Amino acid sequence: MASTIRVRATSTGDITEVQALIQHPMDSGFVKDAKGEIIPAHFIQQLTFEYEGKPVFVADWGGGISKDPYVKFAFKGGKKGDDLKVSWVDNKGATDTTTAKIV
Amino acid sequence: MNVRSAIHFTSAALTLAMLALTPPATAADKIDPVADAKAFQKFFTDKFPKLKPEDFANGPYSMNEDLHRQWVEKEQFPPYEFSLEMGKEMFSTPFKNGKSYADCFPNKGIGIRQNYPYFDDKEGKVITLELALNRCREANGEPQLSYVRDEMAALTAYMAFTSRGKAFDIKIPNDPRAIEAYQSGKEYFYTRRGQFNFSCATCHVQSPGERIRAEVLAPALGILNAMPIYRSEWSGMGTTSRRFTTCNSQIRGVPLNPQDDEYRNLEYYLSYVSNGLPISGPGARP
Repeated sequence: MASTIRVRATSTGDITEVQALIQHPMDSGFVKDAKGEIIPAHFIQQLTFEYEGKPVFVADWGGGISKDPYVKFAFKGGKKGDDLKVSWVDNKGATDTTTAKIV
Repeated sequence: MNVRSAIHFTSAALTLAMLALTPPATAADKIDPVADAKAFQKFFTDKFPKLKPEDFANGPYSMNEDLHRQWVEKEQFPPYEFSLEMGKEMFSTPFKNGKSYADCFPNKGIGIRQNYPYFDDKEGKVITLELALNRCREANGEPQLSYVRDEMAALTAYMAFTSRGKAFDIKIPNDPRAIEAYQSGKEYFYTRRGQFNFSCATCHVQSPGERIRAEVLAPALGILNAMPIYRSEWSGMGTTSRRFTTCNSQIRGVPLNPQDDEYRNLEYYLSYVSNGLPISGPGARP
């Protein structure tokens, strides 16, 4: 299966701007389906962006985040051609990781 | 001569002048799609003189500066991307019998979105892309897909994507049944219905660019060019069928079934009057 993570990281010299889109249902656990049964909670708990082995952005998420979430942030440093590692873990223990090149 | 009679005199003179200019009544009764489309497009280009014709295919984003800015940013990471990828995968995966979608369509289904819907002279009805896709599945022994969402939207998203930038090229053959289908689509578009007593035109001809609560109404011109769409309100993809049925329930009417004759005719009419405008689908809408 294709990766659930799309990342684009662009360096302007001093700063690297990162955008990411993640495919995930992000069910809060408070919504019922058409039959009236609760859709069990299923959401990303932690999202991490790592550069040179160090986290540059960590998000602790919960059921309040939208489906297929989008993230945008910037960090100091980061060189063109370097790797940026992105990973998430959800409340069911599922996980996905991808590595993007900074452009 | 007092003021009132002067006005009467002038208006009588105007009426006479207009009568003299009006072509004979028979011409007005004749269904003329070419003139319709021209007048329809002129209405919108006159209403929004700053917009280029292709801007209309981007609906509300061309009507509101703030929305436009948000959209430009959003398009770097469009929310329909996952669906597009799914559509591409579905499209290239063969059916159980070894055939695939490509075998059902001219040019293997690539870059043909702008020709749908078309009038089928064997059946005497309008065939939309969504209908053609489900018929393709049926012919190959696959179960039909729901017309409103996910898989169907993914497929049409992929087909629209391969046709991006191509101008809508809907043809009305010289067949009384085709002209009738067009006319009935037009009537559906302008007929008021539902508890709110709205027609499609109430929102999308009379008030495009204006707000309906928090949303900016899209112009009817080019409204189908962006289909299928990812709507943030739906948190998901929707097809033309989904747009038609939800529009009908939003005006508190009773929606028809997807791909009923009325909807097919409506799609035929709406696509025809947007001829010449580029396909911009799949789109993203608030």
